[in-house]
Amino acid sequence: MGDAQVSTVMISRAENVRPSISRAPTAWQKQFDKAFRGLAYIFGLAVLALLGAILFEVMRHARTAMSEYGLSFLSTSVWDANSSRFGILPQILGTLYTSVLGLLIGGGLGITVALVLSQGFLDRRIELLMKNIIELLAAIPSVVYGLWGIFALIPALRPVANWFHEHLSFIPFFSTRLSGPGILPASLVLSIMILPTVTAISREAMAAVPKRLAAAAYGLGATRWEVIFRVTIPSAAGGIFGALVLGFGRALGETMALAMLVGNANVFGLSLFSPGTTLAALLANHFPEAGGIEVQALMYAAVVLLLITLIVNALGSLIMMRTTAGLKGLS
Amino acid sequence: MASASSRALGAGLKPRVSFMYSLGEPRTLLSIVLTVVAVGLSVIALFPLFWVLWMLLSRGAALVSPMLFLELTPGAGMVGGGIGNAIVGTIVVALLATGLSLPLGFLAGVYLAEYGGNTKLSTSVRFAAKVLTGMPSILAGVFAYASVVVVTGSFSALAGGVAMAVLMVPTVMLTSEQALRGVPQKMKLAALGLGATHAETVLKVVVPTAMPGILTGVMLALARAMGETAPLLFTALFSDYWFEGDLGEPVASLAVLIYNFSGSPFENQVQLAWAASLVLVAMVLVLNVVAQIVTRRPKEY
Repeated sequence: MGDAQVSTVMISRAENVRPSISRAPTAWQKQFDKAFRGLAYIFGLAVLALLGAILFEVMRHARTAMSEYGLSFLSTSVWDANSSRFGILPQILGTLYTSVLGLLIGGGLGITVALVLSQGFLDRRIELLMKNIIELLAAIPSVVYGLWGIFALIPALRPVANWFHEHLSFIPFFSTRLSGPGILPASLVLSIMILPTVTAISREAMAAVPKRLAAAAYGLGATRWEVIFRVTIPSAAGGIFGALVLGFGRALGETMALAMLVGNANVFGLSLFSPGTTLAALLANHFPEAGGIEVQALMYAAVVLLLITLIVNALGSLIMMRTTAGLKGLS
Repeated sequence: MASASSRALGAGLKPRVSFMYSLGEPRTLLSIVLTVVAVGLSVIALFPLFWVLWMLLSRGAALVSPMLFLELTPGAGMVGGGIGNAIVGTIVVALLATGLSLPLGFLAGVYLAEYGGNTKLSTSVRFAAKVLTGMPSILAGVFAYASVVVVTGSFSALAGGVAMAVLMVPTVMLTSEQALRGVPQKMKLAALGLGATHAETVLKVVVPTAMPGILTGVMLALARAMGETAPLLFTALFSDYWFEGDLGEPVASLAVLIYNFSGSPFENQVQLAWAASLVLVAMVLVLNVVAQIVTRRPKEY
């Protein structure tokens, strides 16, 4: 009772001193509110439309080539604009080969770095410093890596590669000489480029493993690496796998470093030192000067590249989603 | 178990598992070896960055002079010259891309954070952004080629801007959403309680509060897009002349310059490619650092 009295007194006093700043919205404000809400909806839809437009535009321009060349486009290996014969088998194989190699090196290193940065090996400050340096790797434009690859990496690799060729040439991977650009320098640069992605995501997955799981294993007398191999990695396996798949997706779509380092020879060989080609490098090399049916064929190649990366990325996201859901009960 | 082990101890035998940390134990030894290997590999992983930076400084820094910024790119076999037109072109395309992607990404972010909730539409918008992020950057170029170059009939700065904007939209949108969601609920409630409409709350309270986060997103997206070459190769193409205000003309850019000159047989052009790399990396790093500083201002509410 008393409270009610006090509050009415306060309200009336507030009204006497100055009018309250709170008031109902005017009609104009309501209209504006509606308009803004509509605007936000439209722009949300626009992002969806943008993806649709990209798919539509690429497909539209690829349509002629798709009906003209059909599936044999994927299984032949001639690219000749003069005779209008196009096939992208070496490009598909080269894309997969360089990406797998890049993933083997960059993925392995990335997971190792993630372990070192998440399992308390180093001082906190050094950990943070290393984390920032690894993130810097991602900030360097790929064309700069390409330049570095041409003028620093390839000259440094050449004597090593040719030693391998001279002594171990019976192994198919070393069956040619490294004379300049080739699969190996391209894959090495790819591995550097996917390292930050793999490290960041798998580090997060490892850090998300509840500490008490590791503590329990330590309590049973496990060494640091027994804990890592039997507790941390199995618990974070989903996240690590997702990181690898997303890194693979990045490697598949990477263009410039490959266009500059892979050699752009329209062949595919197992040798690490032979030149090759990839889908993205094909697009980068031929698009600026293409005309007529070649543009259509390039669009078809773009569709193939888009499909491959979409599938890989969707797989990666799916794995990530399922693992984060799985770990929820533990923390 | 307990009685068994005490019997073993009683018999004067060593316990089967020692809790002492001894180097002689194979398990401990393996652990130490693996630690050394892992730390060693991590150091190796850092090595390329320093190698790249060292090359940039040793080969690019020699050319840094006012000339570098003020002169046009030299033709094949010519002496001297600079990268002025490429720097201007990079900035023009970047501004154009920001102008195109900022309204779209920002308002889509507002939609996701404030109106979307967990509806089907917002899930699919988020999914579309994820797909766009994972899409190879050259496909943004292919899209701009198909929708701008083919339609207008010429390579142009506009096409380059469109391609770069496509790359920026998802980052701008997702970071905007995150920044907007980070605004404390009580601030929104206070505004709503005073009779502000939802739109006014968003525009006058939520967005100003989230501004540092949104700016960070834009700058990070810009830093990433500025280094991209593939989308510009066959959209903005290249030009040996200054940008003269016509967005319908091809325009030079640092990234494409590096690519073109990297295969040049002329030492002068290769030198310029290194100098351009140094300038480009410096621009990207400055954007990254500024973005970090902008977010680091912690505000208490």
